[in-house]
Amino acid sequence: MSTNKQENLYGIVAEFKNPKELIDVAKTMSKSGFSKFDTFSPFPIHGMDKAMNLKKSKLGWIVFGHALIGFFGAIAMMYYMSVIDYPINISGKPFFNAPAWVPITFELTVLLSSFGAVFGMFFLNGLPKLNNPLFNVPRFKKVTDDAFFACIEADDNMFEADKVKKLFEEAGATHIEEVYE
Amino acid sequence: MSKYQYVPEPALVKGDHDFASLTRLVTDINLRPTPKGWYLAMIGANALLFTMVVAIGYLIWEGTGIWGLNNPVGWGWAIINFVWWVGIGHAGTLISAILFLFRQDWRTAINRFAEAMTIFAVMCAGVFPAIHVGRIWAIYWVFPIPNQMAMWPNFNSPLLWDVFAVSTYFTVSFLFWYVGLVPDLATIRDRATDKVRKVAYGIFSLGWTGSNRHWWNYEKAYMILAGLATPLVLSVHTIVSFDFAVSMIPGWHTTIFPPYFVAGAIFSGFAMVLTLMIVARKIYGMKEIMTDDHMEKMNIVILVTGSMVGFAYMMEFFIAWYSGVEYEQAIFILRATGPYAWAYWAMMTCNVLSPQFFWSKKLRRSVGFTFFISIVVNIGMWFERFVITVTSLANDYLPSSWDYYSPTIWDVLTYVGTFGLFFTMFLLFLRFLPMVALAEVKAVIPQADPHNYDEETNEYHAPEIEVPEPQSKKV
Repeated sequence: MSTNKQENLYGIVAEFKNPKELIDVAKTMSKSGFSKFDTFSPFPIHGMDKAMNLKKSKLGWIVFGHALIGFFGAIAMMYYMSVIDYPINISGKPFFNAPAWVPITFELTVLLSSFGAVFGMFFLNGLPKLNNPLFNVPRFKKVTDDAFFACIEADDNMFEADKVKKLFEEAGATHIEEVYE
Repeated sequence: MSKYQYVPEPALVKGDHDFASLTRLVTDINLRPTPKGWYLAMIGANALLFTMVVAIGYLIWEGTGIWGLNNPVGWGWAIINFVWWVGIGHAGTLISAILFLFRQDWRTAINRFAEAMTIFAVMCAGVFPAIHVGRIWAIYWVFPIPNQMAMWPNFNSPLLWDVFAVSTYFTVSFLFWYVGLVPDLATIRDRATDKVRKVAYGIFSLGWTGSNRHWWNYEKAYMILAGLATPLVLSVHTIVSFDFAVSMIPGWHTTIFPPYFVAGAIFSGFAMVLTLMIVARKIYGMKEIMTDDHMEKMNIVILVTGSMVGFAYMMEFFIAWYSGVEYEQAIFILRATGPYAWAYWAMMTCNVLSPQFFWSKKLRRSVGFTFFISIVVNIGMWFERFVITVTSLANDYLPSSWDYYSPTIWDVLTYVGTFGLFFTMFLLFLRFLPMVALAEVKAVIPQADPHNYDEETNEYHAPEIEVPEPQSKKV
């Protein structure tokens, strides 16, 4: 923790009792006009996307891009290898043997799409992340167990420490704490 | 009084659990000191693994001549074991992907467990194609990488499709499993008190915080992966069946093979999940998460897929007769009455007869009986692959070339040894990774649903079940 606290304020976290309260405070935060806020829970909460006013995930497009690479990449690879580079006559079948190439084209499309889904998801989430100021809060360890947290970052244009604390208090937070980088 | 009675779905988690007690129940296993019994089991598994290493070492030294292969039967236990293990490996992805798309929330109790089993079963399966080529140092020829002959793999061959199918399946299953593990690894990271665990779980949980902005992308990724894995799991055993169906051997060259293989794979995979689950939930005290209701549901899947397999056996016979092809007819009659009739009837008893007991609700819910049948089913499914592979090869077109196939001790040791690989991996999994998908189980208990909290006081109240009024007449 830094000695010069005011300069390194990362944000304010508040702990809530249950998923319902977390959803309510998420609604309050997004309606009050905050943009750099987040909620933390041990599991995804149904309806949180609407409460936080989250935009549709872009992941689908990433996966689609990867699927196209897998599909055309597979066909291009087989075409280069079996038609251009070293054609082999196998029982008189055509070199460009489209029906026989269906399984491998399918498999490589699925493979590349899955890479897109997994690595795209981690990319969108900014993971892996080596350090996170939230981990400076000892209570925050419980977030993967049974605790529910909300956080408003100091970077937010509307951020004023007192107002944010008041917002959390009115929402029924059981614990409010400032987070330092 | 209405003649209809509303039967509510049984609770997914039994007992009086909240989030914290579930966390403790699952992750204490990974955090407490290693129990003695685990070491004993590990010694046993390692002994078998060592057997496999020796058997494979001798095979590489001496060549495939040490196996019982003969002139008509050029494909023996290696392909049987490969198909058997890959088949078992189908349950995990089926449970995690297909049941996810069908919104079957009960899958959350067993999906982690079944996915781990899938990955290890596919590892065991992968051993056989790699070693059965004889010259194992040339196995990289199956991959499209340049070699000294400047030749490329034959993309028209089903055996090559298999290489792509199984390696894709392994990779995708592994990624799916890992994505599910990340939030739970973070739970162990946050509960760990010693340095080693903190660092190790910290690295593999990638800095997960449980942010709902992250969960949002995470759930999207999970759904896309489920959507991708569903056709994938069906395609893998389809392509495995092409190894047989695309050839011209009587008894293999049939279009029923893909659906019939997939049904058989799910059948054996669920049986294996049950075998492991019944033991593990007893040892680790998980009966409140992996309940008898789960067992019953899985037994119903076994009953359905077992009946599909039985139907396929009969349909094969019918088509052989209906096709009018002499060799097709001969091979099916030979299967039931010929030199391997013992294997055929073992298969019929284990696969067609034994699951029919599960029509009885009492037997479906009996732990001991389920355990017994789950083992019988996997014996039966091994015999199915034996019957398909060996009978068709041993008795094909030309009677003068027929020969009887018997395995050698090396076939047996290699097969038994793969159990060593399987159980070694499985024991490591039970010890070091959360065996239940904790975040997912938490999300399906009633406390997780914001609707189950009072609007005013924010206190939890148990959900009330609304019994729909039966309609008096048809609308």
